[in-house]
Amino acid sequence: MSDTKKMKVTYEVAPGDFERAGEASSGIKRLLQRIGIPAEVIRRIAIGTYEAEMNVIIHAGGGIVTAEISPDSTVIIVSDKGPGIADIELAKQEGWSTAPDYVRQMGFGAGMGLPNMIKCSDKLDIVSVVNQGTQITMLFYHVDKESK
Amino acid sequence: MINLNQVCSKLDAKILLGEDQLDREVISACGADLMSDVLTFTKRKTLLLTGLTNIQVVRTAELSDLCAIVFVRGKLPGKDIIEAAKANDIPLLVTCYTLFEACGRLYEMGIKGCPHKVFADE
Repeated sequence: MSDTKKMKVTYEVAPGDFERAGEASSGIKRLLQRIGIPAEVIRRIAIGTYEAEMNVIIHAGGGIVTAEISPDSTVIIVSDKGPGIADIELAKQEGWSTAPDYVRQMGFGAGMGLPNMIKCSDKLDIVSVVNQGTQITMLFYHVDKESK
Repeated sequence: MINLNQVCSKLDAKILLGEDQLDREVISACGADLMSDVLTFTKRKTLLLTGLTNIQVVRTAELSDLCAIVFVRGKLPGKDIIEAAKANDIPLLVTCYTLFEACGRLYEMGIKGCPHKVFADE
């Protein structure tokens, strides 16, 4: 990619569709692989996006995942019109979860989603209004942290 | 170096997918039914042992760049799960050992846990 070139892709995440959960993350991962981003960076982006995608399916009745890819960084924006998060600081705590039991049986809903998104990304912003929706913006620099 | 073929023998495992990938190196492993933990704590190329057989296991392995999946307690995944793994080049094994026993057998071979330990500030 040249310095001025940016790419943007958008995926719609269907409500409650656990069979397709992860398709947006998978599509973004494949795109980043084609561009030639380091595998460690792609892995962090894929995991962060997947956690957000699962949250949207579990809690928000679907939403939109957008990836803005620049030469040096990727920004993932995940937005929904769901119930919102009443206490964001609480949601950032490991182990805090409001996910129903059927989600836990699928191996999710352990209250690790938002903490893991914070861990994977270089910067995370969250804007949430109760009964209106939530928007999570994650910034990832294309820097391989493992080989440093 | 330990490869998938040796893992397969040690676990008396049946290969559901990836017969041609048995030379893949296995450096570390993780035993879990909680995919949230797998997504949070594992590193690339980790072998996953699990009792869950749903589509999220394959997604987790795909997005986390895991080495392969071993289903424990003889649990067989559905055709759709096998197809999803095939599309993503993820070998699938099934063993009749329990999760604890299967992990113990691999540890005995010299495969270490990934992560070894989780610290409170991680």
